[in-house]
Amino acid sequence: MSFNNFSHELTLFQKIKNYDFILLFCILILGITSIFTMYSTDGGEVLFHTKSHFVKFSIFFPMMIVLSFINIKYWHAGSYLFYVLILGLLVWVALYGVTASGSRRWINLYFLNLQPSELMKIAVILCLAKFFHRIRTTSTNSFTSILVSLTIIIIPSILVITQPDLGTAILISFSGLIILWFSGLRIKYFIYSFLIFITSLPFIISFLKPYQKLRILTFINPERDPLGSGYQIIQSKIAVGSGGITGKGFLKGTQSYLDFLPEKHTDFIFTLFSEEFGFVGSILLLLLYSIIIYRIIRAGLISRSFFSRLFCFGFSFAIFLYVATNISMVLGLLPTVGSPLPIMSYGGSSLLATMIGFSIVLSASVNHRQNIL
Amino acid sequence: MFDESDNVRKINTINRRLFIITAAKILVFFGLTSRLFSLQVKQNNKYLTLSDKNRIRESKLHPVRGEFRDYFGNVIAGNNEVYQLHIVPEQVEDFRYITLRLKNILNLSEREFQKIHKKRKKIKAWETIVVSDNLSWEQFSKVNNYLHELIGVKTVLSISRIYPFNENYTHVLGYVSQANEKDIVDNKNIKEKFVPGIRVGKTGLEKTFENVLLGENDIQRFEVNAYGRKISQLNYQKGSKGQDLNLTIDTEIQKLCTELLKDKAGSICVMDIFSGEIIAMQSSPSFDPNLFLFGINQDDWQLIRNNPMKPLLNKTINGRYSPGSTIKPIVALSALENEVINPEFTVHCKGHKHPLELYGQTYHCWKKEGHGFVNLKEGMKQSCDTYFYEISRRLGVDRLSETAKKFGLGKKVFGELFENEKKGLVPNTIWKKNALGQSWVLGETIITGIGQGFIQTTPIQLCLMTAQIANGGYKIYPKIVLNNDQQYLDKYKPLFKNSKNIKIIQKAMFSSTNEVRGTSYKSRIDDPKYRFAGKTGTAQVKRITEKDRELDLKTFEIPYEERDHALYVAFGPYKNPQYATSIIIEHGGSGGTTAAPIAKKLFKLIIDRHKLRQSAKGKKYLDI
Repeated sequence: MSFNNFSHELTLFQKIKNYDFILLFCILILGITSIFTMYSTDGGEVLFHTKSHFVKFSIFFPMMIVLSFINIKYWHAGSYLFYVLILGLLVWVALYGVTASGSRRWINLYFLNLQPSELMKIAVILCLAKFFHRIRTTSTNSFTSILVSLTIIIIPSILVITQPDLGTAILISFSGLIILWFSGLRIKYFIYSFLIFITSLPFIISFLKPYQKLRILTFINPERDPLGSGYQIIQSKIAVGSGGITGKGFLKGTQSYLDFLPEKHTDFIFTLFSEEFGFVGSILLLLLYSIIIYRIIRAGLISRSFFSRLFCFGFSFAIFLYVATNISMVLGLLPTVGSPLPIMSYGGSSLLATMIGFSIVLSASVNHRQNIL
Repeated sequence: MFDESDNVRKINTINRRLFIITAAKILVFFGLTSRLFSLQVKQNNKYLTLSDKNRIRESKLHPVRGEFRDYFGNVIAGNNEVYQLHIVPEQVEDFRYITLRLKNILNLSEREFQKIHKKRKKIKAWETIVVSDNLSWEQFSKVNNYLHELIGVKTVLSISRIYPFNENYTHVLGYVSQANEKDIVDNKNIKEKFVPGIRVGKTGLEKTFENVLLGENDIQRFEVNAYGRKISQLNYQKGSKGQDLNLTIDTEIQKLCTELLKDKAGSICVMDIFSGEIIAMQSSPSFDPNLFLFGINQDDWQLIRNNPMKPLLNKTINGRYSPGSTIKPIVALSALENEVINPEFTVHCKGHKHPLELYGQTYHCWKKEGHGFVNLKEGMKQSCDTYFYEISRRLGVDRLSETAKKFGLGKKVFGELFENEKKGLVPNTIWKKNALGQSWVLGETIITGIGQGFIQTTPIQLCLMTAQIANGGYKIYPKIVLNNDQQYLDKYKPLFKNSKNIKIIQKAMFSSTNEVRGTSYKSRIDDPKYRFAGKTGTAQVKRITEKDRELDLKTFEIPYEERDHALYVAFGPYKNPQYATSIIIEHGGSGGTTAAPIAKKLFKLIIDRHKLRQSAKGKKYLDI
């Protein structure tokens, strides 16, 4: 351990010097945008959603900053514990969870309803990053490591599917699989499993619940049931399309203001944003997300430790995945699966999970010279 | 455990794979951008339209219907402000309680009360229920007293039709009532302008001129939310009132006609013999069209429908009658024109003991004792049937029908102006062959000559016929709506070969009314200013049997349905004629005793109002 020149604790000044202010600033901008968008979903009044989202962001943003000063090695150390904790919560949910609109996803914590499946999106990345950090390249493709890593992914996924929450389960699995990809799992495995997935697709579909099948049919042709299952996507496309280049203007989105948009606070918030700010606004929002993703990747690239690198790349992909699926969904490019838009969508657990992820990334960039054994 | 070289290898792998993933990310974001571009920039218009379709609801309001005015500009079918009572269920705290209160205040029947509740179930909470279409003044003031207690209830000013002259114009104007499915299907214009409760013409001119009367809806554009609730009014597009129509009718004369026809079944029409303007046109019995405005109640409807005098029938244009002796001027004219007879041609009428016999059939004159030797003038004056049997025998039915048709019998007078106007029937040999497949027999010619048999005319046709005789034999086109002149090429075309013949007929008609032994001598007016000429007619409803002839019952002794129709056609003033009239009293007995006295009263007023009419005409042209 004699070469460990950089493992000494950084001074506060050094930490601040290393701090990724661009990422911090982008997150803040996104947060403020989200609060204003939420204000618009409330019809231009400060109502429940605006207040609640504002309060949550005001708590979680400083919390993120505080957490980001925790050395990355402690995150590394606590990874498994964090994963097991969240897994425990998922089991708790399965047993005692709060049921709402047909699925059991929440734990009632009195001051907020926590959705552990959202936190699991981070936990699974954290856990696998640590797992592969420890494994040598030669043993990455060994049967045991594949089995263990897949188990880490599959257990929470199954718990989440049974809630039932297919969307989140898919996102958890993909977040996990991308770590496998980055850690050097042979590409042919990915190709094989993809082929197996394709061939078994009809079999999987037969296992889907009727409403899920309906969603897929609706995705293929939304017009088949314009007032039922196709309603959301049709109205969403109308809202986005009618926004035009510059949008209808802040608080002037008729589709949302007149309640044509469903789920406008959560999954369909991009629709409202896009209706009011148009093509230009949407592109700027995408750009903001791109910068955030870029800064996360950069944090990974400058990190010395494999764990940081793995986590950052994984997390950047996760953020990308959430954004891409959410926007594709509201634009009618993917079937409607419940996936929130990071930070923009209303939902404390999702915000909390994203903020924890950011704080780890920020910590990684502060401590990029930190080696982890 | 920590291996520098392995770490480097791992980092190489991860960086390589990061590159692949980043490329994929860029690709996906590019895809999303192009999707946004396609939706928001390229297809913007499409989605903007869809979005507007989502949020904008147009609501049409009841258009204001054009009014009808009489010749002097008096409103005869106008628009009236009425108070409606509306409830908006959403604003009501306890719907049942409020409706019960209203039931008490307005004295609603149990059925109406149930109807409100039934309607409540059909509509959304923020929509309006119309409790009453037309609050009486009493109800209105009563409701207003309690209005502060009835939250969610409001009185609304609306517009409805009103017919100020009640039954006077029913048959001319028809009436309006709520549009039903058939109206909407039949008339595209109604469909376009339809609003619940819209009233449209059901009969008469109200129906004929539906499209010009209807007017344009006011249009309110609302922004609505996804549940259909109105959020705000975007704009209000003012419609326009339908076109007003002026009729040629003189209300005073129309009212007199109504009065003269009181308690009788029949028709009177009066026509300007030069312009063809209808001065009055009434069919009796009539009914109050105002009853239909808010839906007629069952009792009133049954009363109208089951009346044996058939108030729903516009007898003037829809009633078909044998013209009886009123056809005689045409028969005589036809005989003169075809030079079958000359005015001095004489026939010996021997009375019932020696009736005309043809192929075993006997043809009686109406006068038991016979008229003796009669020439054309005497024949017309005393309406000698035997004389007309003879000249029609000589004339033949084909030549007779030709003249009759020329003078307007056998075809619609108003063309398509009135629904169901009857053509009547002027028979001839070809018609019988085609319609009945039988040959014409001479006996039929004989009775056609006195206006019996197959021949059927409407009162308006008789009026037109008389008018064309009165104006010296020139073709006119009757009209009832002012400024609705169509250009007719053959207007004022002479209908005669020799104008002297018309004069002879006019004189004969004059003698019939103004000379001793004339059939309508009792109804004459001696004052030259009002003096008129006419021809009576008595149309048999059933065949007179030998037994009837022996009994020789008075009119009142015969059952109502079997009594003869009384007819009278006239024109006046005799010097310088202006107006023609035809009067029919169903089952009125003889024309001379029932119909002609009506003409006497009528002509007095018509001629008195002539000056007024002339001055109004001058004024009218200035207005335009």
